[in-house]
Amino acid sequence: MLNKTIKPLAAALALSLTTTGVTANEGISNNEVRIGYLADMTGSYRDLGGPGGLEALRMAVEDVGGQINGAKIVIYHADDRNSPDVGANTVREWIDRRNVDVVAGLVSSAVTIAATRILEEHNKLGLVSISASSAITNEYCTANHIHWVYDTYAMANGTAKAIVRQGGDSWYILAADYAFGHAMESDVERTVLAEGGTVRGKSRHPLSSSDFSSYILQAQASGAKVIGLANAASDTVNAITTARQFGLTDSGQSLAGLMVFINDVHALGLEATQGLQLTTGWYWDQNEESRAWAQRFYERTKRMPTMVQAGIYSSTMHYLNAVKATGTDEAQTVRRQMINTPINDMYTSNGHIREDGRMVYDMYLAQVKTPAESTGEWDLYKIVSTIPGEDAFRPLSESKCKLITQQ
Amino acid sequence: MIFDIPASVLFGQLTLGLINGAFYALLSLGLAIIFGLLKVINFAHGAQYMLGAFVALLLLRHFGIDYWTALLLVPVLVGLFGAALERFLLRPIANENHLYSLLLTFGLALIIQGLFTNLYGTSGNSYPIPEVFRGALNLGFMYLPTYRAWVVVAALVACFLAWFVIEKTRLGSYLRAGTENPKLMQGFGINMPFLVTMTYGFGVALAAFAGVLAAPLYSVSPGMGANLLIVVFAVVVIGGMGSIVGAVITGLAMGLIEGLTKVFYPQGASTVIFLVMALVLLIKPHGLFGKEP
Repeated sequence: MLNKTIKPLAAALALSLTTTGVTANEGISNNEVRIGYLADMTGSYRDLGGPGGLEALRMAVEDVGGQINGAKIVIYHADDRNSPDVGANTVREWIDRRNVDVVAGLVSSAVTIAATRILEEHNKLGLVSISASSAITNEYCTANHIHWVYDTYAMANGTAKAIVRQGGDSWYILAADYAFGHAMESDVERTVLAEGGTVRGKSRHPLSSSDFSSYILQAQASGAKVIGLANAASDTVNAITTARQFGLTDSGQSLAGLMVFINDVHALGLEATQGLQLTTGWYWDQNEESRAWAQRFYERTKRMPTMVQAGIYSSTMHYLNAVKATGTDEAQTVRRQMINTPINDMYTSNGHIREDGRMVYDMYLAQVKTPAESTGEWDLYKIVSTIPGEDAFRPLSESKCKLITQQ
Repeated sequence: MIFDIPASVLFGQLTLGLINGAFYALLSLGLAIIFGLLKVINFAHGAQYMLGAFVALLLLRHFGIDYWTALLLVPVLVGLFGAALERFLLRPIANENHLYSLLLTFGLALIIQGLFTNLYGTSGNSYPIPEVFRGALNLGFMYLPTYRAWVVVAALVACFLAWFVIEKTRLGSYLRAGTENPKLMQGFGINMPFLVTMTYGFGVALAAFAGVLAAPLYSVSPGMGANLLIVVFAVVVIGGMGSIVGAVITGLAMGLIEGLTKVFYPQGASTVIFLVMALVLLIKPHGLFGKEP
């Protein structure tokens, strides 16, 4: 008797469980796609991502019409102040209290590594567009983030390889003393050694230093042909300014900016940077589509976009298209769709996302123009060669990512 | 070779230490003068230094005003701005707890810095080195850019002039007496409120002067002062709050110690000054040159 009533009840319960299980995977949670934009909005990395990146994100949202299948797209944004604590707490709060589906931006590698752990815990998605440490899709890879634009492996590989092959075979590496600088330092060292070069010395400086003279003096004393700058933004700008004052380039040594952005070159001026070789994922003047998009961006911000800001637009667009195609904002479904769809947009053609979350595409080796070659305020680079994506990024055969090694 | 360190590296780092020390001296001198008379811990000092560099840059960009004119004009402009801050913001809270003026100047620093970040971004702007100082001096052990040598000379001359005015002139004696007993000075017919405003303005002008000196050296960016300010406060504490000679000597000494640390233990260079501060506070709580109250 009892058995008779329990059985259908249990069946009904089981059925309701499976149905709720299905509905959790379908549709858009809270009937809103909620994007959090986490970036350095005030510190030394402000100009390469910062408010301009937020503007690029807004452009992507506007370009899909501000909604997907009737679900509104909402943007939250916050300043992480380059602090892993602040960044991690913000992401946690966004997920716990606002049900944010995806976090974009993500600047300092240290912040990103902290934030992606939380995204993994809660099965949300991260679109990393500014951090550079190659560890983000290696030791620290998760099934919950995708790494756009560049990483230290690709940047070192692009610039350092080209310079060693041109005869710059002895190096001194000056690195920012945190996750990104350390990753860049080891990636450069590996590339230089693999190409048959030597590393004469290394030093590390704190993030946002203003005085680089003592490091430049040590680099000068090392006698290395090339001083590799494994830092970024204002640190790179200060190091280049100081190196020029100490006559580093006059004495036959040359500088290699491993992480140079268009806003850095714009700030330093062509007089100071002409001839500098650099790797870039994107340049506003690379083709018709990029020029058109850059022009729209320029009209809104009065500055040309950096590769990072273009990458934020591209990755957000790819994400939103994947949400639209699958009709859900569930992280794994969307990630699968993003991996399965090639990327052809204003950013790149035939880019694809690997299982480890690395977006692989063709990068460029560029050289800063001379003042005579430049025809306008933002006419700063000439593209020297294309670095095929398969050569630029760390091959999966060398991967330490758990998603790859466990297969 | 000294302790396995090539002499050229050692002397090179000491020379650089002296240049940084000149900046520390100039900035801590301003702080010490302001603290001495007003008992205000001027947290806006870094922002005022940045303002000096930025005003010089903007004058050059928009009015074509050259370095030498800027070196004289900018301290006056920024100093007047400082005097206005004292008159309209600091004076109304002069009789409150010192924490109020500390918070006020801290807030001002954030506002000024935020404003410039919004307007000019953080990438930094380059200010050209004046033509006469373009080259470099070969000191045998290092290649010293001429401009840096000039910075040391200019900073030391400014420090000496400030010391001379305060210790050896009538105006300076009013100032020092005002520090001891402002009421009595007022009774003697000295316009104390005006003297206080001018003193704050003078301290700020010194910061702006340092800013103009720094503009061609570092990239001019809104955060340039904030990074320096903490070290400068440590220098003032080591020297003894309010001690003018203390501020100058300690500033130079700390620059040298930092330079030495960069040779022997580079990772410690950013913390060594705070270590010295802790030691000094343990042994002489009023600083090396501070008077017992």
